[in-house]
Amino acid sequence: MHIVVCIKQVPDSAQIRVHPVTNTIMRQGVPTIINPYDLFALEEALRLRDTHGGEVTVLTMGPPMAEDSLRKALTYGADRAVLLTDRFFAGSDTLATSYALAAAIAKIGEVFGEPEIVFTGKQTIDGDTAQVGPGIAKRQNLLQLTYVSKIRELKLDAGKITVERRAEGGIQVLETRLPVLITMLEGTNDMRRGSMADALRAARAEVVTWSAKDAGIEDILKCGLRGSPTVVKRVFAPSPRAEKAEQIELQPAAIDTADALIAEIFGRLPALETELVELHETL
Amino acid sequence: MSTAPAAPAAGGRAGMKKELSEHFKAYKGVWVFMEIERGVVHPVSFELLGEGRKLADQLGVELAGVVLGPAGDGTNHAIAETFAYGADLVYLMEDPLLADYRNEPFSKGLTDLVNTYKPEILLLGATTLGRDLAGSVATTLLTGLTADCTELAVDADKSLAATRPTFGGSLLCTIYTLNFRPQMATVRPRVMSMPARQDKPIGKIVSHPLNMAEEDIVTKILEFVADRQTGKVNLAYADIVVAGGLGLGAVENMQLVKNLAAALGAEYGCSRPIVQKGWMPAERQIGQTGKTIRPKLYIAAGISGAIQHRVGVEGADLIVAVNTDRNAPIFDFAHVGLVTDAIRFLPALTEAFTRRLSPHNRDRLAG
Repeated sequence: MHIVVCIKQVPDSAQIRVHPVTNTIMRQGVPTIINPYDLFALEEALRLRDTHGGEVTVLTMGPPMAEDSLRKALTYGADRAVLLTDRFFAGSDTLATSYALAAAIAKIGEVFGEPEIVFTGKQTIDGDTAQVGPGIAKRQNLLQLTYVSKIRELKLDAGKITVERRAEGGIQVLETRLPVLITMLEGTNDMRRGSMADALRAARAEVVTWSAKDAGIEDILKCGLRGSPTVVKRVFAPSPRAEKAEQIELQPAAIDTADALIAEIFGRLPALETELVELHETL
Repeated sequence: MSTAPAAPAAGGRAGMKKELSEHFKAYKGVWVFMEIERGVVHPVSFELLGEGRKLADQLGVELAGVVLGPAGDGTNHAIAETFAYGADLVYLMEDPLLADYRNEPFSKGLTDLVNTYKPEILLLGATTLGRDLAGSVATTLLTGLTADCTELAVDADKSLAATRPTFGGSLLCTIYTLNFRPQMATVRPRVMSMPARQDKPIGKIVSHPLNMAEEDIVTKILEFVADRQTGKVNLAYADIVVAGGLGLGAVENMQLVKNLAAALGAEYGCSRPIVQKGWMPAERQIGQTGKTIRPKLYIAAGISGAIQHRVGVEGADLIVAVNTDRNAPIFDFAHVGLVTDAIRFLPALTEAFTRRLSPHNRDRLAG
């Protein structure tokens, strides 16, 4: 079995700071990590491989430094890493990104064997769109299973998979045919600690690096800024509210401060006090 | 199962062009995809009708609700509600195959409707269903899709200006789909306010067939396991929410938030770092990547107020912030602030609320 896991290198969001004057992101020195949601996809892929045999290929599109994230994925036990990198990809929105990744997956299929499953995380922490997974599925004509919380059964010989999918108000149990694209829900598994052997292998492994041309992309007009129907016109910080928060003065005893705050709250929301009193009377 | 776009999108360079092609100029009207799951319309669809109404009025076009479902009471009710919340007309696709959501029939159905009736704007809820569907449809149509918008507006040249948080919620950005139609956007539940419902007669309905057979659909639903209603978190629609952030310092202090919430009959939640630390489950996260809330009262304890949190709580009627740092961004959008240590203050607040609301004490005070 061959599984492709799409990952993205993202800035560690906890470390992002916005320049107070220029309102731009201060990227210097911000550490990068594998998008945390992608780790659930990677771990699920590794588990399926461990059970059913085969190989896991990790794929990312990004600048050359994204190789670090691929190497990290190898230390967890992925068998092969492919980096799709080209200046033509700069400025890609989700449509252009899914075009490029779908092309790379097609190429991976040709070179290393057709994947039965393509995994992505549910979304990234920097873009937060959740659109690239469904985009790849549509481009590659794969059936799509999003927000999967559990893989119940994989029958390789029958070419079938049964999963639990998080839906509004409940869990859908879905059965479909391979090949399939799965976006994995967070919290569904715990990423393993890579073995020492994997760490050594990852350090020496060659990361397969492809340009747009290497990946078989002929129409670079479908890539990057030019292949993106959406255009970001403005980036800005939200303005503070006209009036600052009204500060409650601290009293020597916290309980007195609390009473003052409650008086302020119910002064502004008198109906809420009535509702709460009624609620407490029924308790 | 892919459905080709009605016309191939002009070359990739079109993204840079100023003028909309003649083909796309024919796209008129604002559509809202009505999300119906198991016979119930998701409230986000009504919120979108309210927002869609404003956009349609500014553009001078009709507002349509798009209803996909099986013939029957549930769908009829959804149609009536779509008109009651402001739609001028309904595009209806009735088929037993649309009883429960699956990507294949819904993406084909919605794509066919778009290609046939050509809306300029298509809005969907950013739910698990809406995101699953929107990504497929936008890719098939080769058009732009902006996720999780917090503000929608029509600009001078009648394009949709879709604003959303960016860079992990540290800044906002405004995104346009200049040369492609429809302009697609998703909006999370509770981000837009619920419009007033008005009893209205059923208006114009345009019916269109799905033209699919069950054999055409590969994915089968074996089972649906409904969430247990008891103990289910309903942060998004709670009247009072109490939340904690890193300022609470330790996992055991999450109890202080829960205690205050219990005293108020409120829901409790937290900021993103708390979930990342594993101090509360992901379903309790408030903000851009968690739940958007619109309570009457929101009490934020030890939360600094990053933009991604702000966009999730700004719809609250009253925001009360407790934080030791008087320069914390949360005081830029809170209505009432208190510069103090939430760890020591929350127990006092819990005690004071309990005393104030207790019927026994009230009687004594009144007497």
